[in-house]
Amino acid sequence: MIEINNVSKWYGEFQVLTDCTTKVQKGEVVVVCGPSGSGKSTLIKCVNGLEPFQAGTITVEGTSVGDPKTNLPKLRSKVGMVFQNFELFPHLSITENLCLAQEKVLGRGHEESMEKGLKLLDRVGLKAQAQKFPGQLSGGQQQRVAIARALAMDPIAMLFDEPTSALDPEMVNEVLDVMVQLAKEGMTMMCVTHEMGFARKVANRVIFMDRGAIVEDAAKEDFFGQPRSERAQTFLSKILHH
Amino acid sequence: MTSLHLDWGILFEESPTGDGPYWQLLLTGLKWTLATAMSGWLIAVAVGAVVGVIRTVPSRWLSLLGDAYVEVFRNIPFLVQLFFWFFVLPELLPEAAGSWMKQSMPRPEFFTAAVGLGLFTAARVAEQVKSGIQSLPRGQRNAGLAMGLTLTQTYRYVILPMAFRIVIPPLTSEFMNTFKNSAVALAIGLTELTFQMKQMVEYSNQVIITILATTVLYMVLAMAVNRLMAWIEHKSRVPGLIAGGGK
Amino acid sequence: MIDFKLVADNSDILLAGLRYSLALTCSSMLIGIVLGCLLAMARLSSVKWLSLAASAYVNLFRSVPLVLVIFWFYFLIPFFGFKVGPDKSVFITFAIFEAAYYCEIIRAGIQSISRGQVGASQALGLTYVQSMRYIILPQALRNMLPVLLTQTVVLFQDTSLVTIIGIKDFMGANVVTASNNGALKEMYTFAALGYFCICFPLSMLLKRLHKRIAVLR
Repeated sequence: MIEINNVSKWYGEFQVLTDCTTKVQKGEVVVVCGPSGSGKSTLIKCVNGLEPFQAGTITVEGTSVGDPKTNLPKLRSKVGMVFQNFELFPHLSITENLCLAQEKVLGRGHEESMEKGLKLLDRVGLKAQAQKFPGQLSGGQQQRVAIARALAMDPIAMLFDEPTSALDPEMVNEVLDVMVQLAKEGMTMMCVTHEMGFARKVANRVIFMDRGAIVEDAAKEDFFGQPRSERAQTFLSKILHH
Repeated sequence: MTSLHLDWGILFEESPTGDGPYWQLLLTGLKWTLATAMSGWLIAVAVGAVVGVIRTVPSRWLSLLGDAYVEVFRNIPFLVQLFFWFFVLPELLPEAAGSWMKQSMPRPEFFTAAVGLGLFTAARVAEQVKSGIQSLPRGQRNAGLAMGLTLTQTYRYVILPMAFRIVIPPLTSEFMNTFKNSAVALAIGLTELTFQMKQMVEYSNQVIITILATTVLYMVLAMAVNRLMAWIEHKSRVPGLIAGGGK
Repeated sequence: MIDFKLVADNSDILLAGLRYSLALTCSSMLIGIVLGCLLAMARLSSVKWLSLAASAYVNLFRSVPLVLVIFWFYFLIPFFGFKVGPDKSVFITFAIFEAAYYCEIIRAGIQSISRGQVGASQALGLTYVQSMRYIILPQALRNMLPVLLTQTVVLFQDTSLVTIIGIKDFMGANVVTASNNGALKEMYTFAALGYFCICFPLSMLLKRLHKRIAVLR
């Protein structure tokens, strides 16, 4: 469904992505991990065209992301994205956050989008907060709303960009639970995260990136069994040892 | 040294300018100050918002154009700008338009002052709008785009409503500045408050009273503007968000 | 559009005007910053009447137009019998007026330093004066330097207002030349260009300074 072929990207002289190639099949959950600055967030932002890239191709269900003729808003409306800092719109209430893109992009009526929004809000366990504003919710609650907001667009795939790293530790699980449930329902997911517990539980494949390159791209069992590269081993030992 | 005895009765004496008693003379001045500042402000907000926004869009040409506007209007004194619009512009325009401006434009000093003040203040408003937009976390723009909103929609529904709220406090002081700067227009003959004060001093010789009365009027004006903007700020506050916005 | 021969023929008066504008700017900046510093400390002081008096001063001058203040002194100084020409008395006017603006910049600069810094320096055993001298003020000054200088560029532009009371500053010199030679279009365009050529490079420099300081912070 998502095909990344030989993608490279530079900021001026500095190369942030080097020849990245991978693939996400329909219904597959792929976890991308790696040390900070390894380019994993940049790579996932390239998938829906939030970051431009200079070489290679990315296609989402046959549509080329880098092609200037591609209608990016239309493509993005089919791919949900969840951000590290939630990025709920602070001036809009929770329901308005959920309805905005449904109405403005998909052209749904207000009632239909409201119904859909509330249903998803219920699913992430936050129906009681519908009338509040983002600033009145905890980080974990905000992130669950953000997931509901993305799901309201009926996406064909979901991208998660470090969804739990801005959260206080006690809130991480409430967000991961929602993600696990989503994975079990068969959603196609590409997740940049350090939560190896999550990866163990639901991932099909794990990609390890370092210095802008994909160093390891293996089935979950292989990755956790015996990662081939030394860098992945060091990385794993660092984050698993405490 | 003249006596410091204050004779407030002077305010009710007839002025030789034909404006009625002196208090009315000052009130006429206040009226022109208000009219100039308000119309200047409307122009400033409209032009400034557009210039500020185009400085943040991902188009080199547009943002260069916006930058150029701001630099030109910020780096020439307002008095000089007014003289330019008043004395030079009619000469530069095509014959017909120029002579219309010089001969048959109604209230030339008022229109020049209002438009000049508007264009001058717009540069400052643009500066605030731009930094308001840039102070929003970059992720907000990405979040809007990631949901499939177009760039225009992202500005319309996500960025501008937040930027507007962030920009209100700094705009309060710009709004105050339009009242203060309108006084410069006395140089092209606008009979605003300071101009009237000057007239009253010259005709009545009551220096202290005239100065006191005018200063009080300006201070009341400043207070009113302050209250008004505080009210707008209060009305547009977002629950759960500390002023200054964004994480 | 600009008659350079006319400018050259009148270069004496124009240069004298420019010198006057620069002198007025420099003296108002120096006196204004010193006065502004004192006012800022008064505003932040815990002595109630002192901080009230200082904020009254600042609020008064910040709510009235500079043109009005110029006329205050223009009328009041002869009224009280002082025999000082306006070309001298505006030096006082500007210093007193600008002090209110500098005060607010300096106050914000001092307040931008976190209270933890005061605590930390006192924990090391520094006295209040020492912690101000070695810890707070150096940081505050660095933070507010670009804003202080930007205010000075604004001040330089504001000095053009003395033209209104007939002083031959740079703008005033242009006005005189313009009316003596019937060359309004040429001289007012030249004035605009002159101010721009001075202020624009300064603004650009200040913008770079601002960025460098922002990075260091």
